[in-house]
Amino acid sequence: MKMIEVNNLKKSFGKLEVLKDINMDVNSQEVVCVIGPSGSGKSTLLRCINLLEEPTGGDIFIEGDNLTAPKTNINELRQRLGMVFQQFNLFPHMTVMENVILGPKRLKGKSQSEAKEIGTQLLDKVGLVDKTDVYPDKLSGGQKQRVAMARALAMEPHIMLFDEPTSALDPEMVGEVLQVMKDLAEEGMTMTIVTHEMGFAKEVADRVIFMDEGFIVEQGTPDELFNNPQNERTQAFLSKVL
Amino acid sequence: MMETINIILEGLPTLLKGMGVTIEVTVISLILAMFIGLVLGVFSITKSKILRTIATAFVDIIRGTPLLVQILFIYFGLPSVLDINLTAFSAGVIAITVNAAAYLVEIFRAGINSIDDGQMEAGRTIGFSYSQTMRLIILPQAIRRMIPAFVNQFIVSIKDTSLLSAIGLAELTLAGQSIYAVNFRAFEILFAVGVLYFVIIYSLSLFSRWLERRLDVA
Ligand SMILES: Nc1ncnc2c1ncn2[C@@H]1O[C@H](COP(=O)(O)OP(=O)(O)O)[C@@H](O)[C@H]1O
Ligand SMILES: [Mg+2]
Repeated sequence: MKMIEVNNLKKSFGKLEVLKDINMDVNSQEVVCVIGPSGSGKSTLLRCINLLEEPTGGDIFIEGDNLTAPKTNINELRQRLGMVFQQFNLFPHMTVMENVILGPKRLKGKSQSEAKEIGTQLLDKVGLVDKTDVYPDKLSGGQKQRVAMARALAMEPHIMLFDEPTSALDPEMVGEVLQVMKDLAEEGMTMTIVTHEMGFAKEVADRVIFMDEGFIVEQGTPDELFNNPQNERTQAFLSKVL
Repeated sequence: MMETINIILEGLPTLLKGMGVTIEVTVISLILAMFIGLVLGVFSITKSKILRTIATAFVDIIRGTPLLVQILFIYFGLPSVLDINLTAFSAGVIAITVNAAAYLVEIFRAGINSIDDGQMEAGRTIGFSYSQTMRLIILPQAIRRMIPAFVNQFIVSIKDTSLLSAIGLAELTLAGQSIYAVNFRAFEILFAVGVLYFVIIYSLSLFSRWLERRLDVA
């Protein structure tokens, strides 16, 4: 079964048509990187996949469940879809640990001690156990993003979505965030990553999707897409960013 | 000087009783108003047009009419057409509640709107419903920011209760009036009335400053 299946997805904001007939699949344990110029609809695509934006047309299936069907419980479905934002969106009124365990406690019925055990494990995984009781405003951007990943992982998602997770970071912090994502990929997490980090995409992606003006223009293995792009728009984009 | 003090001391039991009524009306009204203000404040930012219209209409009507007219309307106007009998106390509570609620709707709406959209999105992507996200993530942050505006409205409402003297509620202002109507010492008595209002309001300000400092973690 496909983890994500997108069929003929369309999305408009008023008269502005942002996504025009998107078709894509993500298989289990596959790492898909989405690249493309700013404004091409990458964030909108990711946001449609967890229904932060309501599609204007088409269908999206998550592990076979129709995202927009009336009987779908979107809150349950979103627990299977972890999301990491460019702007971190940590909860500023909670400590790092509270950020991470809010979901497990309130949605998975974990006790405080069970949740803390999960939280400690995840904070250890992202290298931040020493920041457990700190509030987010005391963290660097890279640390915030790693907490955001731990928070998403605490729900034990089947799929992780990343929207330019390193774009808001100072250059020296990009590496620590990408490292956590690499580790996740190696553990077999199914991931869809919108990114400008071409080096990362080359190294980690199983498949790269190039988007432009609301269409998927081209996709393939990193080797195919980066070393032998077929479409001239892909070629033009890559010549600018590589 | 001794005479002034004596006059005030003589009036004090009546004034303190009035002050008790003032505090009682204010506390009950503000508790109710906070609840109504929160509900209508959330109405005013939902996607539902009907709920938004309800909230806006309520706010516009209450803010667009004088409080004294509202008080008189509730106490004299409503019972004359509806088959109800309101005491001055309940009419006063209703008037102050409704009035404070209208202003609190705006405070809640602005406070909730001041929280970054990313917070709601982060809550929803974890799997929380809209109302869970509101309760666990948005409101705890928003309410902290709203404290100064709340306190401001509380202070206005305390002062507004003095208008309830117009319907014969024996709150602090009317208590004062009832004393100087008899002893003709308006200066001393109204001075004492002012001091007692000041005591209530100043204690509230001190409390809110303490609360703001305590909550100033994030
Ligand atoms: N909520 C919105 N309302 C209106 N226009 C939007 C909204 N979100 C995105 N857009 C527009 O959609 C287009 C694609 O945006 P986005 O998906 O963020 O692109 P990308 O992530 O590839 O940079 C842009 O022109 C953007 O201005
Ligand atoms: Mg984007």
